[in-house]
Order: sequence, then structure tokens, then C-alpha cells
Amino acid sequence: MTEQSIRIKREPFLRVVKKTEVSYGRMVLLSLLAVVIAIVAGGIFILAIGQNPFEIYASIVKGAWRSKIAARGTIKLAIPLLIAALGITPAFHMKFWNIGAEGQIIMGGIFATYFALFWTGLPHWMLLLLMFIGGAIGGGLWGLIPAYFKTKYGTNETLFTLMMNYIALYLIKYLTEGPWRDPASSGFPKIASFAPNARLDQVLGVHAGWLIGLALVAVMFVYLRFSKQGYEISVVGESINTARYAGMSVKKIIMRTMFLSGAVCGIAGMCQVSGAAYTLGDGVAGGVGFTAIIVAWLAQLNPVVILVVTVLFSMLDKGCSVMQSDFGLSPAVSSILQGIILFCILAFDFFTRYRFVLRQRRKA
Amino acid sequence: MKNEAMAIELKQIRKTFGSVVANNNIDLSVKQGEILALLGENGSGKTTLMNMLSGIYKPDSGSIFINGHSVAINSPEDSIRLGVGMIHQHFKLVEALSAADNIILGAKEKGFFLNRSRSEKIREISKRFGLEIDSEKKVYQMSVSEKQTVEIIKVLYRQADILILDEPTAVLTPQETKRLFEILRRMKEEGCAVIIITHKLNEVLEISDRVTILRKGESVATVETAGTSAQELTELMVGRPVELSIDHPETYFEENLLEIHHLTVCDEEGFEMIKDISFDLNRGEILGVAGVAGSGQKELCEALAGLLPVKKGAILYHKENLVGKSPAEIIKMGISMSFIPEDRLGMGLAASMGMVDNMLLKTYNEGKGPFVSKKAARELSKRLVKQLDIVTPSVDTPVRRLSGGNVQKVLLGREIESQPNVLITAYAVRGLDINSSYTIYDLINEQKQKGVGILFIGEDLDVMLELCDRIMVLCNGKITGIVNAKDVTKEQLGLLMTDASGKGGHKS
Amino acid sequence: MIINFLFAAIKAGTPLLFGTTGEIMTQKTGNLNLGVEGMMFMGAFMSFFVAYHSDSLVLALLAAFAIGVFAALIYAVLTVSFMANQNVTGLTLTIFGTGFAKFFGAMMIDEAGGSPKLSGKFLKAVSEKAIPVLGDIPVVGKLLFSHNPLVYLAVAIAILCTLYLLKTRSGLNMRAVGENPGAADAAGINVTLTKYLHILVGGGICGLGGAYLSLINGGGIWNNSSVVNGQGWISVALVIFASWNPAKAIIGSLVFGAFSVLQFYVPKNIIEVPNAFYVMLPFLITTFVLIITSMRKSKEGSQPAGCGVNYFREER
Repeated sequence: MTEQSIRIKREPFLRVVKKTEVSYGRMVLLSLLAVVIAIVAGGIFILAIGQNPFEIYASIVKGAWRSKIAARGTIKLAIPLLIAALGITPAFHMKFWNIGAEGQIIMGGIFATYFALFWTGLPHWMLLLLMFIGGAIGGGLWGLIPAYFKTKYGTNETLFTLMMNYIALYLIKYLTEGPWRDPASSGFPKIASFAPNARLDQVLGVHAGWLIGLALVAVMFVYLRFSKQGYEISVVGESINTARYAGMSVKKIIMRTMFLSGAVCGIAGMCQVSGAAYTLGDGVAGGVGFTAIIVAWLAQLNPVVILVVTVLFSMLDKGCSVMQSDFGLSPAVSSILQGIILFCILAFDFFTRYRFVLRQRRKA
Repeated sequence: MKNEAMAIELKQIRKTFGSVVANNNIDLSVKQGEILALLGENGSGKTTLMNMLSGIYKPDSGSIFINGHSVAINSPEDSIRLGVGMIHQHFKLVEALSAADNIILGAKEKGFFLNRSRSEKIREISKRFGLEIDSEKKVYQMSVSEKQTVEIIKVLYRQADILILDEPTAVLTPQETKRLFEILRRMKEEGCAVIIITHKLNEVLEISDRVTILRKGESVATVETAGTSAQELTELMVGRPVELSIDHPETYFEENLLEIHHLTVCDEEGFEMIKDISFDLNRGEILGVAGVAGSGQKELCEALAGLLPVKKGAILYHKENLVGKSPAEIIKMGISMSFIPEDRLGMGLAASMGMVDNMLLKTYNEGKGPFVSKKAARELSKRLVKQLDIVTPSVDTPVRRLSGGNVQKVLLGREIESQPNVLITAYAVRGLDINSSYTIYDLINEQKQKGVGILFIGEDLDVMLELCDRIMVLCNGKITGIVNAKDVTKEQLGLLMTDASGKGGHKS
Repeated sequence: MIINFLFAAIKAGTPLLFGTTGEIMTQKTGNLNLGVEGMMFMGAFMSFFVAYHSDSLVLALLAAFAIGVFAALIYAVLTVSFMANQNVTGLTLTIFGTGFAKFFGAMMIDEAGGSPKLSGKFLKAVSEKAIPVLGDIPVVGKLLFSHNPLVYLAVAIAILCTLYLLKTRSGLNMRAVGENPGAADAAGINVTLTKYLHILVGGGICGLGGAYLSLINGGGIWNNSSVVNGQGWISVALVIFASWNPAKAIIGSLVFGAFSVLQFYVPKNIIEVPNAFYVMLPFLITTFVLIITSMRKSKEGSQPAGCGVNYFREER
């Protein structure tokens, strides 16, 4: 060993230590701090592009709520996001990384559209009910396929569900250009608008999807926290061996939960086609499935918190749509702000689990 | 620089994990050309201490000297640079890579490209130390002892002059252990300093020059091996004169509970781990299962509990065949199994759940309706906390935050509360200190007196001789003997474990 | 006709090859970055912006690489140093990158008072031209030696990365980090540094894929809405198809590129298959590849074992 190799190396300035326990109050405090820092970071970005952060933030909030129409728009944006985030929740609870909400929304939309296009003769309520069930089954099946292969062969679910998104997306393309193409549309292929019979009713000026969403918040909360199936999901998420040991049928639970997860996402798709778009287009999910993952994660899989986070996200999205008219800024600023805020929160989550230790001075 | 410099000197090393003090002001030293045994009970802090030498952990305070120089080891990289090589109990190998790739991994050598000559150097080292290795074989296709060989060559390849081995013999057959010791002596002759972590006294006496004993995170003594005895070492390790007197109540049940006929079980990878074994278990008896680690104990337990499919044979419970029944159905028949693998929280309990939720694990499905009722479980948890002196902030605190002994009490408490007829415990006292261990023995004896049939998978033969009524010895998945604990000595058991009579056949 | 088809397939496959190679480098070191789409978007904007103002291909590519590195740096800081969830971080990066490109793209459009167009001189620099002599060989010349310069760059990077992964010491170390960071750490490899390095390089390569989309596929005109349009996601799919091997990604990108242009070449009167089927096919095939590799349970040619999990040395 050379003299040089043995020289005392200085300790690094910082090192990371795992926290063993964090009190609930401290968690809340840290989360609030994260949000504040995130908003400040977003403000710095706004400053950098030569705007006043206070004005911009104020007009985002105002833009989202300033009129009945704006508020309705915000809620309309929130509906699919809320339902899809709720859908992802049971899967993530089980530590099944379902990145396929996007595809499951689409399949829900496709199944619902089938009834909307071809069963218009039915009474309004029955048709809507069929569309609802159809949407749930469509999304559910799309969730079930990766779950089946996961339980059978251990196929990686993150990548599998990701692929399923695109297969679903191109299925829409096929339907739009082929069998379901509206003969009345000249030029650009599209699917015909739904008959009024197949449209979701408006309640207080927004389609009834928001009622479905709120109901699902309650249902999901109770299901995960108090039901036997919810307990099973938690145990499987904790350790598959423990679940087997307890006599649970792990495969059945994984498949059932993924069907449920997909089904709820499918309901989001049904609400989109029948409440918002009145038709099926390839923008039916439009990235909502991905944003929903972020929402669910941010809310730490708590359905009530998901509701709050969803409203904030939609507010940011809707509020930024006035940026063009008020400040001449592209509404894409919404995505940038979302990104910056999320990066900050992601970084800050670290402090709930770890802490830094400064280098100590050694006594000579 | 002193002439007689210590290869390693640790002074006042302290390390805590949260509120747990793993190492408290430990002193330790090793000379060049010396083999030091680090002896201590489970949980006494041996591995933690060595992990600070290998750069995995950082001490909270204290200093490390290598060859007389004060050093700071911030990472395994620093440690390797200082000539320290550690062979971890759980091998640190990349499964998807070949032996050769694993050996040269991270080695600070010149050259950007991987050169062909690497296997030559590996061959040369293998030859010098009498090791055998197929350097192109992928690690995931290797047996445990092959993996250990790779780890040893990896250390030799880096020309480490300080070698640390963490429980290296736990997974080895006696012959393999013998060969390992030869290699260690060879290294000693070449002037290396060797630290071997173990809790097997005979090995300590056979291989080491000096012994440092740890107890509850503190170094209690360092003695010359030549001037000590197994008795003295045990006392130092446990902290008081040991009279290994475990109660052995007599019971008079004359009823057969389980009959196992020609059982063959494969593990998840499809290897036959239990080969055509037959035995029975009676009411009110403790049947011990002894054997070298990995002789099929885990598979036996899992098969009995219905967690692993049975390839051939029958498991009769009151003449009813359990083979093909699901765990849920078996639980309903009153066969409660408390199976505790190395990672206790990974199978018997859900680590992030509290005691209450863990109590529900096997009973959540009992009530009517779709919802779980937690009332009874909460009361049970509170009762267990009182009865078994479980130390926990609350019954909702995640069990992973409890100490090993308390986790074990939670697990065993729940199983006993389910009033089983058959109790299967695997390594019930692993990682527990002596006091907790005795609590567990008492609980097991209590069940025995109630007429429960107990299958006790153990590792400490002294304990088994006192606690068990009969002992069944497994070797390579076969039974090499079922003996009455009263009529057998430890040495005889040892011979059966290594299958000296040749009944068990040999692993390919 | 077939030559034209293959030529178009290569052209369409090249941006995927960049994205896939970049993502392979990232995943091989143990990090699943779902932000490829975002990084490509940022690379697309940055290279176009620089090309628009400087007319220099080299500067435009450097800019694309640099912004890709920057985006990957955000991801690396969050996942490696702050141990944040990799899926969420990657998705956020996609949102951020898409917003970044669209926002500044809109600014660029405002500045130019309409869709900005690259100069004729620049377009000539990136146009397809036959390599002297080699390009004159019949068939092969057109297929292999008559492309725009970025095609060669993509193939060269993929081959270099393959050699690096399989034949070099640091490539081996990096694979070990991706498979089992604990073992790599114990072997004295600096896990954090290794991860940073390869995530950043991977991000840079993804950025180049974006440059290809805006400089070449865009025809020299900045289109704010559809410049990347899912190519980043397809690249992630292609990683599986190529079984984490950049050399196989060359073939894979050709196959994927072929499917995306197939609809224009299959004579409609002979085979009547819906167009959507062709674009869906790559994903269907990838899914089958994924299932088959998991059925074989082989350790080689599947996702690195440590992928998706963050590493903390003192984890107990």
C-alpha cells in the first residue's frame, strides 16, 4: 500500500441519513413547506420570462373561477382527472405500477361509444347505464390483461400497461377511419356525434360526471380503508409472501384489483365521451391518464386528498388558458409551471424520509 | 511508524440506527498475519461493526486506524483502496453477469477496454489458493458455495490484505468449510489480517488466534484462543454463567396428528429440495428439525402450510390428505403455521401495518359482510401487549419499528391465539437475545402441554437437545435420522447432519 | 418501390433510434426515465431555435444535446440524489419538456411573426446526399449511403454505445450498477457518479432525437403542436423490442420506422388492411416480446434487475 493511498480523505460535506420516524404534524409541515417553495420556484420562472409572478398567479386563480363559465370549465377538466386518479389508486396501493390509465380511459370510451352509436333506441337512462357498465368493463378488461400476464409469467407491468395505451389509441384511429366512421363527414374521418339520448345530463351546468367522481371518492375511500378487499390489497402491496401465508389468493386479488382499477379509469372515459366530447376522438384521454398518476402519487393515494389535488391541477390548467389574452403568453406555461412545482415537491418528499447530516468537526 | 503496527485498529466506534444503539464504543484490533474471530450472539452488532470497515455504514463517532494511520472510510471504494476486502453474508454479486465479470467489477485497473487476459489472472489466483471456478459461468446458475468462491477470488484479485468474512460457514458443508479454512490459513501465512464473524464456537477454537466478543453492541472482552475454552467464550457471549436449562415438561398424549408419507417438494425454481421423506408428528410433542442451512427446511414448512405445491406424497392430518388444499383451507382445519424465514417481516407479518391490522391477517375474512371488523383484533392486541410484555408505542405502530424480539412475540402471540393443533416454527429465536429466546421457549412449551404438536426447525443443537422430544435430521432434502433427544449427543447429530453414513446421497 | 420504402423506413426510424439508444443507456444504469418524450421535445425546440438563429448544424446539434443533458440532470438530481419515484419524475419531465418546447416555440413564432422557417443554406446542409463513390453503387448506394448526416450519426452512436456496454470496463461497471447497485457499491464502484453520467448522456442522445424531428422531419418549419407527437413513447417501447441492446435497436428502429410508413407503400388493391393496424403493430409486437421474455424468465435480454428502484447504501 502506498503512502499516498493511505492519506486521510476528508469526509464529504453532506451525507444522507434515513429517518426512522416522522410525526404526522411534521409531515404536514414539510408538505406545506414543499408547496410554498414550489410556488416560489414557479414565481422565479415567471420573473425570468419578464412577468410579475403575483399578477400571473392572481390571474390564474381568477381565470379559473372568475365566471360561472370559467368555473364550469375548471370542473369539467377536473372530472376525468379525478376519476382516473381514483382508478389508479387501488393498483398503486397494491404496488402494481399501472401506467396504463390512458389506455383504460380510452377503452372505457370505446365501449361506451359502442352503445351510444348502436343502441340509441333505448330509453335515455337505460342507455346511459349500459354505457356506464360498458365503459367500466372496457377499461377493466384493459387492466386485466397486464394483470393476467403479471400473475402468470411475472411480466413487467409498467412496460406492459404503457404498451396497452398505444394499442388502445390506435384502436380509436381504426374505428374512426373504418367501421365507425361517420358517413356524413366529408374529408377528415371522424365518428358521428352522439344522439342527445346518449349524452350525460347536466347537473348545475356541468355534466353529471362530477357527481360520479364525488361518489367514487367516497366509495374508494371506504373500500380501501374498511373493506376486506381493501385489506387484501394492502397486504399484497406490503408483501406477496405474507399474503400467501395468510391464505389469500394473490393472483385472484391482483387480477380483481386491476380489473377494478381499469374499470374506474374506464368510467372516466365514459364520462368524457358522453359528457364532454359527445363523440369519440383520439383526444379522449389526452394525457389525463399520465397526469392522474402524478395526482394519485402526490395525494399519497388518499382519495380525499386526490380530490383536492385534482382541483388544484385543473385550476392551474384552466387558469393558464387566459394567459394568451391577458399577457400574450402561450397556455403551455401551465405545463411548465406544473413541471416546476412537481419537481420541487418530488425533491421535498425526500425530507420526509431522509435528512442531511453536516460534516462534523473532529476533535484533534 | 511502529514496527508492530496493527493492520486494523478500531477505537470507540459507535453507530446508532434511529433510537437503536447497534455499536457502543467498541474497540478492536487485528495484527497482520493473524486471524481474529468476532464472536457474539445474533443482534450483538458484529455485522454492523464490520460494515463500517467495508464502507457500507458510517460510524457516528470513533476512529479507525489502518496500518497505524487514522483513516476515514466514506465508501466501499475507500475501503477497497485501503486493502480491506469483505465477504458479506448475503453475497454482493450481480446475478446476470459471469464470474469473471463479477471478479473484475470495479477494480481500479488501467485500460478502457476489457482485456482478454483477465481470465488468466483469475486462473492464476485460483490455482495459487486451490480454488476452482468456471469463470464464464453466470452467477445466477451457481450454487451457494460456488458464489462464495467467486466472492473470495474477487477479494484476492484486489490484493486485499485485510479480509473480513461474515458468517462464511453458515451455507457450507463441513468439507467446504474445511477447504475455506485452509484458504484462510494460506492468507494468514502471506501476512494478511483476517476477521471472521461467527457464532459457532468450535470454528472459533479451530481457526482463530484471538477472539473478540461482542455483547449487545459492546466489546466485552478479547482473549487469546489458545488460553480459552468453549465454556468461557459462551459465558462472555451471553453475559452470565449459562446453565442451558430449558424446561422440558413431560406430556402424555398418545395421539397422532400429522403423518407425512413420501413427500417430495420442489422450490420455486424447480429444484427438488425435499426428497421422498416420511415422518409423523404426535400431540404434545416437540419434533425438532436439524440440518445445515438450506437442507430443505424452508420447503418442508411451506409445503406443510400449503404454500408450495407438493410434487409427490401425502400429508395426512387425522387421516385426511392436505395435499392440494389451499392455505386458507388448511388454516380452517386448525393447522396454524408460524413460519419465520430470515426476513421475519417479509412473510409472517405486514411490516408497515400496526399490531391490530396484523392480528387480522388470518381472520379478516371471518365476519359477515364486505367490511373488516377491527374491534376484536384491537382487544387481542392490547391483551397480547400485556401478556407477553410487548414493547411498542401503540398497537397501531407499524411492527417494522419494533425490535426483533417484540416482532417475534407479536407473531407467535397471534399464532397461539388462533389455538392451533399443529405449530410449525422455523428459527423461532433467530436474531433474539437470550432473554427473549427463553420467553419463546416457554411459550412453545406451554403449547406442548396443551397438546399441540410442534415442529421446531432450529439451528442451535444444544437448545434442540433440551427442548425437543425427538429430533429429525435433514441433509440435502432427505432424512438421515429421527432420534430421541434424550438418547443422542450433539456429535452424533453433527454426523447425521453431514450424512456421514451416506444415507442422504450427495448433491451433484 | 421497395427501395423507396426501405429508404423512408430508415428516415422514419432514425429519431426512434436516438431516443431508444438514449433510454437504453438510462435504463442500463438502473433508471427508468419516462421523460423521453419531454427530452425530445426540448431537444427539438432548442436545436431549431439555434439553427434558426445561427444556421449552423453543429451548433444546433450541440444545443439539442445540451438541453437533453439539462433535462436529464433534473431527472437525475431528483431520482438519484433525492430518491424520488422514478415513474412520477419521468412523467413530470414529459409534462415539463412538452410545455417548455410549446411555450418557447410559441414565443419564437410570435417573434418571427409566423411560423419560423430555416434558411435554404441550412436545409441544404441537412439534406440527403449520396456519399461519393459509395452512393453510386446500385441499390445499396441508395439504401445505405444516400442519407442525411443525422442518420449516420444515429447509427454511429448506437454502435458506439453497444461497444461501450459490452467491451469496456466502465460499461461493465455501469451494467452492474443497473443490475445490482448494492453489489456494485460493495465492489467499489461509485454508484451515484455512474448513474448521473449515464442518465445525462442518455438524455443528451434523446435530445438529438428531438433535433432530428424538428430539423429534418419538420421540413424546416417549426410546428408547435406536432413536432414530437409520441415518438418519445415509441422509443420507450422500442427499448423492450431491442431487449436493451443498442445494436438491436438499429434493426428495431428500422422495423418500427417501416411500420409507420408501410401504409403509404402497400398497394391498397391487393392487401386491404386498415391503416391504423400498421401503426399499432409495433406496439403489439413489443407487447408480445415483453410476454415472451418474461415467459422464458431469462436474466439476459430483459430489463436490468435494479431498474426502477432507487439505491440507498444504508438501507437495512
